[in-house]
Amino acid sequence: MAGNPVRPHSVESPGRAVVSSIGRVTAYVFLIAFAVAIIYPLLWMALNGFKSNAELFGDPWGLPKTWRFENFGKAWNLGVVRYLMNSVIVAGASVVTTILFSSMAAYALTRHRVPFAGAITVLLLGGMMLAPTVALIPLFRLLQTIGIFDTYWALIVLYTAFRIPFTVFLIRAYMVTLSREIEDAAIVDGASRWQTFWLVIMPLSRPIIVSAALLQALFSWNEFVFALVFINDTDLKTLPVGLLAMQGRVLSDWPVLFAALTMAAIPMIVLFLAGQRQFIRGLSEGFGK
Amino acid sequence: MPGTRQLGRWSILLWVAPAVVLLVVFVYFPVVDNLRLSLYRWNAFSPKEVWIGLDNYRALGADPVFWSSLFNNIAYAVVSVIFQVGGGLVLAAILEELIRGRWKGFFRTVYFIPAVLSLTITGLLFQFMYNPQIGLVNGLLDSLGLDAWKHSWLGESATAIWAIIAMSQWQSIGYVMVLFIVAMQRIPRELYEAAYLDGASRVQAFRRITVPLVREMTLLAMIITVSGAFLVFNEVQVMTAGGPNNSSHTLGTWLYKSAFFNDQMGYAAAIAVVIFVITLAAAIIQLFLGRGKAVQY
Repeated sequence: MAGNPVRPHSVESPGRAVVSSIGRVTAYVFLIAFAVAIIYPLLWMALNGFKSNAELFGDPWGLPKTWRFENFGKAWNLGVVRYLMNSVIVAGASVVTTILFSSMAAYALTRHRVPFAGAITVLLLGGMMLAPTVALIPLFRLLQTIGIFDTYWALIVLYTAFRIPFTVFLIRAYMVTLSREIEDAAIVDGASRWQTFWLVIMPLSRPIIVSAALLQALFSWNEFVFALVFINDTDLKTLPVGLLAMQGRVLSDWPVLFAALTMAAIPMIVLFLAGQRQFIRGLSEGFGK
Repeated sequence: MPGTRQLGRWSILLWVAPAVVLLVVFVYFPVVDNLRLSLYRWNAFSPKEVWIGLDNYRALGADPVFWSSLFNNIAYAVVSVIFQVGGGLVLAAILEELIRGRWKGFFRTVYFIPAVLSLTITGLLFQFMYNPQIGLVNGLLDSLGLDAWKHSWLGESATAIWAIIAMSQWQSIGYVMVLFIVAMQRIPRELYEAAYLDGASRVQAFRRITVPLVREMTLLAMIITVSGAFLVFNEVQVMTAGGPNNSSHTLGTWLYKSAFFNDQMGYAAAIAVVIFVITLAAAIIQLFLGRGKAVQY
């Protein structure tokens, strides 16, 4: 976005300008068509949430004749409220633990001389190479052995453990760049490590903490494999698995399912629109280096 | 006092301890344990392990569903590299080069939206999109006069996996596009201005400047996409659960079914080892490329 004083077309001949504007029109047509292909199914989902079953099958493309808001109430009571709450609890808790443990580790590794720092860094970042699916079978037994199978803790612990590598990677790269001067001043003033961490380092790292927290929220909100295998209790299911269970529970009243899908989609879309810049910074820091 | 100093030096380990312990217990241990478990026969209800050496792997080699699952993962990878990496690159270049101001942000935002949605939401939505009676896909073909192309997309062995793969492109292309946009914004404008002054066309500028300078991101995006393709689980489980006739399984869903429906835990662990080898290889290549000198702008 930085200033581009000379635009390329300012040096083009009139003939080129025509070609260029044809190109631009084609580009717009293509981009708009693609945007429609993205938005239309989502809009269709939301609109179908207002229909009756007869309307859905009779006129799947049209607008609802009467807007049945009650579908949303039905979906809410059939489980959406429960799954939404479970997702909020699991995602919220795992954001807190992941960010806390990752920033503590990143702080120690970047601001202090840690014994075996090299080995610890390799261990922490190396976890990025290991996929959740590969650990599924042993975890099934491990969680039962330690007694957290079929509890919120199963998901909170696993979402934290599997995302610490990426989160440490993000935060560490940022903390390395912080200047030592403010920190040294705090230490001279007698601040403890814990105080320095909370009062100096964490506030200075705020941009990357926000990005990392958003990406962690997105991950734990949408995670499916662990949520499917390690939670049996219907009352504890998070949205991705709960919605699947609802498919059977709406008794072929499909508009209610559409209403449920729409309500489930809204929180992440809102979060993304609100924190778009932070989302993208997190992604680009993660992959762009 | 040297004693306190020593203590101070070691006490810093407490700061990394929670992360290290969680990782060792819940990530490293299970992955290693999985290698061991793949050499045993056992199931969830009688967890007595019987050593059977490489029998699970022999069974894998003889299992047609394993091979069709692997094929489906490979198909997923190939299609995703073409559409997400290729398409994402072109889309990013069009947005960066031709579109100005407010519209640029609008398109970028819209294209990215599906990527933040749960695959369960998009999977269930596309189940209806592919529905033979009310689905938009057959409806669209109808209105284009292409009735002959209509299918019960998720209900036929020949089309199920391809329908799922197509949904996945719809969902993820915007994500890869954003990665490319980030890379392109690091290219100095002067390079383009000089090229245009020399009479280069936009297509030439794309080929000679953009593509070479986002090469690193292209490789990275390819690796992310390919290793993601070998972990596909959610959308398949939601849309077909591997059916019809096990035709749309991927390694992930076949592992899940083997473990928790067929109760062949050891066999499922062997499938996990195959996934492990493939994704680890992809990660090592990624690490190797990341180490290499960054493109000099």
